[in-house]
Amino acid sequence: MEPMSDRDAELEMRRRSRRAFLVGGGALLAGAAGWRWLLSTASEDGLHAPFRRVLGLNEKIAGEYFNSSHLAPVFPPDRARMPRANGDIGLSDGFDPATWQLTVAGPDNGQAPARTFTLDDIRRLPRVDMVTELKCIEGWSEVVHWGGARMIDFMTMYALGTRSGQAPDPQHRQDDLLRYVAMETPDKAYFVGLEMASAIHPQTLLCYEMNGKPLAPEHGAPLRLVTPVKYGIKHIKRIGTIRFSDQRPDDYWAKEGYDWYAGL
Amino acid sequence: MKKLEKKHPLAIRWFHWINFPVLAIMIWSGTLIYWANDVYRIGFGDTTLLKFYPDSFYELFSLGHRLAEGMAWHFVFMWVLVINGVLYVLYTIFSGEWRYLVPNRRSFREAIQVVLHDLHLSRTPPPSPRRYNGAQQIAYTAVVLMGMGSVLTGLAVYKPTQLAWLASMLGGYGAARAEHFILTVGYVLFFIVHIAQVIRAGWGNFRGMVAGYDLVDVPNVAEPENAGRVEG
Repeated sequence: MEPMSDRDAELEMRRRSRRAFLVGGGALLAGAAGWRWLLSTASEDGLHAPFRRVLGLNEKIAGEYFNSSHLAPVFPPDRARMPRANGDIGLSDGFDPATWQLTVAGPDNGQAPARTFTLDDIRRLPRVDMVTELKCIEGWSEVVHWGGARMIDFMTMYALGTRSGQAPDPQHRQDDLLRYVAMETPDKAYFVGLEMASAIHPQTLLCYEMNGKPLAPEHGAPLRLVTPVKYGIKHIKRIGTIRFSDQRPDDYWAKEGYDWYAGL
Repeated sequence: MKKLEKKHPLAIRWFHWINFPVLAIMIWSGTLIYWANDVYRIGFGDTTLLKFYPDSFYELFSLGHRLAEGMAWHFVFMWVLVINGVLYVLYTIFSGEWRYLVPNRRSFREAIQVVLHDLHLSRTPPPSPRRYNGAQQIAYTAVVLMGMGSVLTGLAVYKPTQLAWLASMLGGYGAARAEHFILTVGYVLFFIVHIAQVIRAGWGNFRGMVAGYDLVDVPNVAEPENAGRVEG
């Protein structure tokens, strides 16, 4: 810096200082205006639209990285505990497990008639025992020993979830798979949506046993979803209907302001 | 005589002042998330010395029952924080600013002198540094490393299955969540000390972080390097 008199130095400092504080004040105002704009945008299912857009971007990035070979860690069975039975939405009274059937429907255009399955149809599939950590979106987690059948095995055995009506072959005929899976409880009060990649992940199970015992009613008897690639909110209990489609399904908690993807 | 002294480059000032509100948003939204499972405490056995957090704290700042909102803010503003942080680190590396920042062999001894002096336990003034004293070097470098820790622990909590290797490296999902929280407590403690030191150091130092320059007294032209300390 050029040598300058004390007075010049003071003036120069004052000039720089004034300019910087004006710019800073402007930035502050811009920030406040941005904040107000954000809170003035329309709400989409309980979240301001820009948040939904960024969550959509996060989902895209996560989907790119997602791989069915990325597995959740498994634990020794003696680490398993009984998790809190957190949600009872969809578990309304007057349900008779004895007459329960699982309904599977194709896209909502009435092409193929719905098919029904009994619990024995699920039990007939290769049994999978899986000790993984259930992660609740609230922030707690619990290691649980699950018993059930892989969703992909169910789809393969009964030729479900494809446009062609053939058994799915994700390796060679990716495009034949419908894009989404919707599941809802018999009373339709609780419903979840999954994108196909998560549905056919090898650790996504149609589960009928928990910690060595048949599922208890509060944990979703007779059949629930278990998938360590999603938070607990997607582990729908007491599945009544499964629907495959290309339309992104509604999701109970996504309508309440949560991220639709909720992927782990 | 008086002289204008260059303190902080424009880029560093922007990084610093963007970081402040964005980090505040992350801590606020993180607390909205933490509320849904607020299990951490300091204590031993059944004795709790400090609970994170008492109900009155949530009530005072309306932090309860806002999990979905908290997650949305957290997973939107994480981008701003991370991009700002990465640009800051890259800038510090390529501009050479890191030389002022990274502690060296003398920093630790100097840091002890600074702390003793600032707590009025020692009358010996610490040596006048070029820009940051040893205590500042350690604190500012630590907070950058903590930031990296927050990104890693945050990713492990965010995608514990896709990034299972990362989560298990950090001791598992539950451990990563706790570490993420502890780092946040660290920022709050850093903030308290930082604000105290900025107030102590005075207006000229604060102005330096806004305008980039400070007006300093120099005894004579022959010793232009004998500049005042920056703190905060």
